[in-house]
Amino acid sequence: MAYKTTIQQHTYSFSDLKTLLAKASPYRSGDALAGLAADTYEERVAAQMALADVPLKTFLQEAVIPYETDEITRLIIDTHDATAFAPISHFTVGDFRDWLLSDYADLTVSKGLTPEMVAAVSKLMRNQDLISVAKKIEVITRFRNTIGLKGRLSVRLQPNHNTDDPKGIAAAMMDGLLYGSGDAVIGINPATDSPAAVTGLLTLIDQLRQQFDIPTQSCVLCHVTTALQIMGKAPVDLVFQSIGGTEKTNSSFGIQLSLLKEAYEAALSLQRGTIGNNVMYFETGQGSSLSANAHEGVDQQTCEARAYGVARHFNPLLVNTVVGFIGPEYLFDGKQIIRAALEDHFCGKLLGLPMGVDVCYTNHANADQDDMDNLLTLLGVAGCNFIMGVPGADDIMLNYQSTSFHDALYIRQVLGLKPAPEFEQWLMKYGLMDDNGRSLPVTSSHLLLKNYL
Amino acid sequence: MIIDDPWHELKAFTAARIALGRTGSAMPLQEVLRFKLAHAHARDAVYSSLDIDALGEVNLLHSKAADRAEYLQRPDKGRQLNENSRLSLTPVNADLAIILVDGLSATAINHHAIPVLDYLYPMLQAKKISLAPVQLVEQGRVAIGDEIGELLKVKLILVLIGERPGLTSPDSLGAYLTWQPRSGLTDEARNCISNIRPEGLPYKLAAEKMYYLIHEALRLQLTGVMLKDNYNLRIS
Repeated sequence: MAYKTTIQQHTYSFSDLKTLLAKASPYRSGDALAGLAADTYEERVAAQMALADVPLKTFLQEAVIPYETDEITRLIIDTHDATAFAPISHFTVGDFRDWLLSDYADLTVSKGLTPEMVAAVSKLMRNQDLISVAKKIEVITRFRNTIGLKGRLSVRLQPNHNTDDPKGIAAAMMDGLLYGSGDAVIGINPATDSPAAVTGLLTLIDQLRQQFDIPTQSCVLCHVTTALQIMGKAPVDLVFQSIGGTEKTNSSFGIQLSLLKEAYEAALSLQRGTIGNNVMYFETGQGSSLSANAHEGVDQQTCEARAYGVARHFNPLLVNTVVGFIGPEYLFDGKQIIRAALEDHFCGKLLGLPMGVDVCYTNHANADQDDMDNLLTLLGVAGCNFIMGVPGADDIMLNYQSTSFHDALYIRQVLGLKPAPEFEQWLMKYGLMDDNGRSLPVTSSHLLLKNYL
Repeated sequence: MIIDDPWHELKAFTAARIALGRTGSAMPLQEVLRFKLAHAHARDAVYSSLDIDALGEVNLLHSKAADRAEYLQRPDKGRQLNENSRLSLTPVNADLAIILVDGLSATAINHHAIPVLDYLYPMLQAKKISLAPVQLVEQGRVAIGDEIGELLKVKLILVLIGERPGLTSPDSLGAYLTWQPRSGLTDEARNCISNIRPEGLPYKLAAEKMYYLIHEALRLQLTGVMLKDNYNLRIS
């Protein structure tokens, strides 16, 4: 079915829903590279006007990728909750936007929403709308601590090393803990995805955690098949996987839904969580489908929302959009990275996910630390569940810039945000933080440093 | 004012920016400026230009990407020659074409291409491996070598290209070897040697690795996942 808008005698016609969604997207380089972006500013607004008039029900009838050829479309349609959808089923996308921003929106509606509905409404929202709706949604998850409570911001400690050197990783881990980071997870991107290497790194973190009784969880971000292989032999807390929003994208990552289900059930059966059972850690990012030549004519932000449709099926502890990592051919500059991060955080939260954001950029993107400061501050206001903590913001393994341990202290301080409550208690017990949330100076005789200096 | 971190000793184990100290919750200014300088070097490298006169006798080519802005947003254009460049290439009778490409850091080519090739040429000559004229490409990506090699009708191409600059490595050079180059090949058809620079993989060792792979590619008539880089095994 074609969607139409007329502006000053010129009628714009958009041949199908995926074309309409793409043309209505705020400009970003990836959609232009894919040949999907609106040709003019006017065409973009025309598409947004047409999209505002589309009934939400249409999204249940017109799939952007055919049901027959894509298992994610099947997952979205087959698990749609009609009862949860009923109260908003008479809305258009435009009504939905106005309702979300109103004082009486019931934001527990997530099971009644499809990722495409959420992507669609985000395209009609300004940055402040994305922030103010996301802020109203609290998504809480638990493993050994509680992540996502209002007024809290957690940090993934990311102690990567270019050759996985255990001493190098331990040094960065110590630095992060002493700076109050690590409550979301202590998570390493390994240089080598081999079972032996991953087992060694997991053991390293787990020993440290047990030695100091740190209320957190660990993860080595290996492929899901590697995690499955070493479970039982290695201390696997969380299962990690990169996921995308089309079946073909996931094929390029070497996964299908059935494999994720197998890993999820296996991780649950380990019962390593002490206060909760959220055992999955997913990473996503706009542009991954285009990069894998698997976008199927769907714009990159809608593909991203569909990845969240996959994630929510597995009750993850953490979902992280690695927004600026992919490079300028997908998100060109600070403005596009900031917009995409706010969309991702909003869409994930509205779909019921514990969203974190890797506030980051590469050296060939037109962005710098000031852009990251802006984005970090916006996400803090929006109630983001967690960010990354990288020594000095410089990841020496992945060669990109993320947020530093100092950045985490900054955002907690200016917005009065605290770590996860269990981790907060631990920081106070170890003399790293006072009752007001201020960092305390550390001496060389500190217990954590004893075996390391 | 600055609160020092008393774990400087741990810096011996990692190049990561640890034990930076703080003022309030902020990084000390000295560290902020050190970081800014590293980022400035990386940004300057992305926007650097090839020093054509200093690179010896070369045939200058240009991709379809008109300038850096287009290059960064349209990787597809960086993989194709513009029309004039296409027309300037005719078949030669040679085993190997060496192709220098600016990539994401022309600085890497300016600094390292000649020193590496000075080690490589004598080894190639000793083995009587014949060479096409050296090609130099502006605004190019790795795969542009495939089109060039196809037009030259050479058996093998060696693409030297500036890699994406890191904060500590604004001038890292990459080398990609491709057997029977033709448009449409993807990365699994190539062999790659990365991080070539004095602080990373030094010139002499890089040239020896290249020679080993070139020799093996000509002998086995292939490159890519089937050609294993056993150079390290051989020397150990």
